Amino acid sequence: MSDDKLITRRNALKCMAYGGAGTLFALSGGVFTPIDLARAASDPKGSAGLGRPLFVQISDTHIGFNKEANPNVAGTLKQTIDIVNGMAEQPALIVHTGDITHLSRPAEFDLAQQLFSELRTTELHTVPGEHDTTDPTVSEYFNRFGKASNNKGYYSFDHGGVHFIALVNVMQFKPGGLGTLGSEQLEWVEDDLKGRSSSTPIVAFAHMPLWTIYEPWGWGTGDAPQLMGYLKRFGSVTVLNGHIHQIVTKVEGHATFHTARSTAYPQPSAGVGEGPGPLKVPADQLPGMLGITRATLLKHPQSLNLSDTTLS
Amino acid sequence: MNNSTPIRFFSLVAVILLLATRLAHAGGAEVVKISAKNFMFSPATITVKAGATVTWTNLDEEPHTVYSDAGLFRSGALDTKDSFSFTFEKPGTYHYLCTIHPKMLGTVVVE
Repeated sequence: MSDDKLITRRNALKCMAYGGAGTLFALSGGVFTPIDLARAASDPKGSAGLGRPLFVQISDTHIGFNKEANPNVAGTLKQTIDIVNGMAEQPALIVHTGDITHLSRPAEFDLAQQLFSELRTTELHTVPGEHDTTDPTVSEYFNRFGKASNNKGYYSFDHGGVHFIALVNVMQFKPGGLGTLGSEQLEWVEDDLKGRSSSTPIVAFAHMPLWTIYEPWGWGTGDAPQLMGYLKRFGSVTVLNGHIHQIVTKVEGHATFHTARSTAYPQPSAGVGEGPGPLKVPADQLPGMLGITRATLLKHPQSLNLSDTTLS
Repeated sequence: MNNSTPIRFFSLVAVILLLATRLAHAGGAEVVKISAKNFMFSPATITVKAGATVTWTNLDEEPHTVYSDAGLFRSGALDTKDSFSFTFEKPGTYHYLCTIHPKMLGTVVVE
């Protein structure tokens, strides 16, 4: 681990390993920035002076998936949890950006909850993915995670001076493919933000991307521009999602957009192949394509730092 | 032994007649199959008679659903090789999509 400070092969491999598992979000200077998990993990004091760990984003755990692309998604979620639990300084919160399960089945949700209960950080905030809401009565997700939102799915909360907005864009299906927030939810967001200081750092998260990454595969949210309009006046806005099982980042004005890796299986790059299905890779490459995102809160000025770490 | 062949033959005829009668009672009991493969419903548009049963089968590794935007029917997640059936009683044009991949669209026209 720390035999010397030179860049040894071992350290390099370690960095590569951490690079795959997830992203850490730190708030610094008003802008959430990803922090390299390898740096964070190798710094016993936390995040190499980058601030205090605020949350870890876990996404697309797809419990119930059992095909060739990863026959053991429970195992890779366990590895993920071990990585989070092993962090020198525990994040205050865990955010799950959806597709907790693969087929919305009760046993899948039960196993996921059992695994989440192993997290040392117990405050877990979730939003549903489209895989979590396929049961005909759309009740399995809400029976377990609906309390925070009074069964609406969307809600907000505050932590450490940061305002979090959890959004649902997988419940209204429009032929053509993009996700939808819907007018009721957008009105709620507008109301929720009223009277908040523009210097309040905002984290908005949903399952599907809140900006259009690839329209032919539905990788976007049709009415997200209205949401971004409400967020425009804020000095630090971080917009997070999962859904596409790979990292894509964009910075626009004061807003940082960041998609997280899955802990279950990768998906192809936009437009490669028939559609956004599981991507089969050689077994030794899989851990490097799964991971989490970490967010660290920076104090002066307040902003977030994001970093991604893999399971390799 | 010698008698068994005509008996078997007449039994078979009786079974066929019985089945035919039941089918007639069911108004033709048309059964139509649609596959979900390579992120497409195939055939994407079909025309059936009232009373027909349509069965969707997922042939992809990725799950799909069958969801009527008019709220007429909604399957759960169909994993690979899972099927869902719905019987269309009334004439009309029925659109549906996959809620996991809403780019996947289909139409059933019932005459």
